[in-house]
Amino acid sequence: MEIENELNISPVYSPMELDLDEGRRIEVLKAKSQEPIPDPDGWLEEELQRSVLVTTLDAALNWGRQWSCWPMFFGLACCSFEMIAGAALRFDISRFGMEIMRASPRQADLLMVTGTVTWKMAAAVKMIYDQMAEPKWVLAMGSCATSGGPFADSYSVVPGVNRILPVDVYVPGCPPRPESLYYGILMLREKIAKDSIKRS
Amino acid sequence: MTKPLIAKEVAEKIGGQLPEAVVECNESGVLVKSDSLLQACQFLYQTDGLNFDYLVNLTGVDYLDYIEVVYHLVSMRHNHSIVIKTRCYDREQPSVPSVIDIWHGADYQEREVYDLLGIRFEGHPNMKRIFMWEGFEGYPLRRDYL
Repeated sequence: MEIENELNISPVYSPMELDLDEGRRIEVLKAKSQEPIPDPDGWLEEELQRSVLVTTLDAALNWGRQWSCWPMFFGLACCSFEMIAGAALRFDISRFGMEIMRASPRQADLLMVTGTVTWKMAAAVKMIYDQMAEPKWVLAMGSCATSGGPFADSYSVVPGVNRILPVDVYVPGCPPRPESLYYGILMLREKIAKDSIKRS
Repeated sequence: MTKPLIAKEVAEKIGGQLPEAVVECNESGVLVKSDSLLQACQFLYQTDGLNFDYLVNLTGVDYLDYIEVVYHLVSMRHNHSIVIKTRCYDREQPSVPSVIDIWHGADYQEREVYDLLGIRFEGHPNMKRIFMWEGFEGYPLRRDYL
């Protein structure tokens, strides 16, 4: 039937079928991620077990890494607004020497997963993590990224981002205040200080 | 502020042009048959004095006995609004005509209703899932999901 329309625009749809491919990738990722990835715990080893030869090198490297975290410019849900508030001038993340958020994963070494990760987004989060250069760390911010939060049993939400990525620091809260995020970042620094190049 | 039109008056206008299109009307809106939904919408879009040129919202509700599709219409010209509803009783193959030829804004919203409630919009040029990924089983907003 002919409909008179003042605008007379016909929508344009791509003939390329990308969604089928995307759906297949998500199904594969979901099937692979049914168990949580164990948290990296190499830094918990006793001081005595460390090799004497690399200790000084470790100390120098870790000192450098510790004070130059470059976060990924990446937000998923409402927790990102706390991160943005944390980066803005009232709370001022630059007091800790890491105010430059990189828009490219190749220039970043800290991935802050701020918010609910859906299975559809999980493929993109995993891709960003894979594109980051070593050494890299992951901070799960908020209840949703930590455990799925209120959506843990949902059909579409990843129950904790540790299903798809190894998580270094969990920051609880819904959403955590910027101070909590800073505290998580300071904890991450302590963790980095205890790491060794033998394990990376 | 946008003035909500009285559903009964609008239902009488639709009934004058399309007899048997209106099933019932109450304070919440006008319920039309899904067979004559497209003609009713076209009538609301074109008729002088109504001129509903803007589809604010299109959504679906599962009432177990039937699935209802709700259209919130606004006329920018006259600054008034109306709610149109239609029902499909078939839970296996529910289908409703698409209003995308009248309001292009229905494109993504019809895909959303299809994605979450499984209602097929006949005549939609790109009827596929929008929130869930391709290959997802079932329609999660239905009451009998899970």
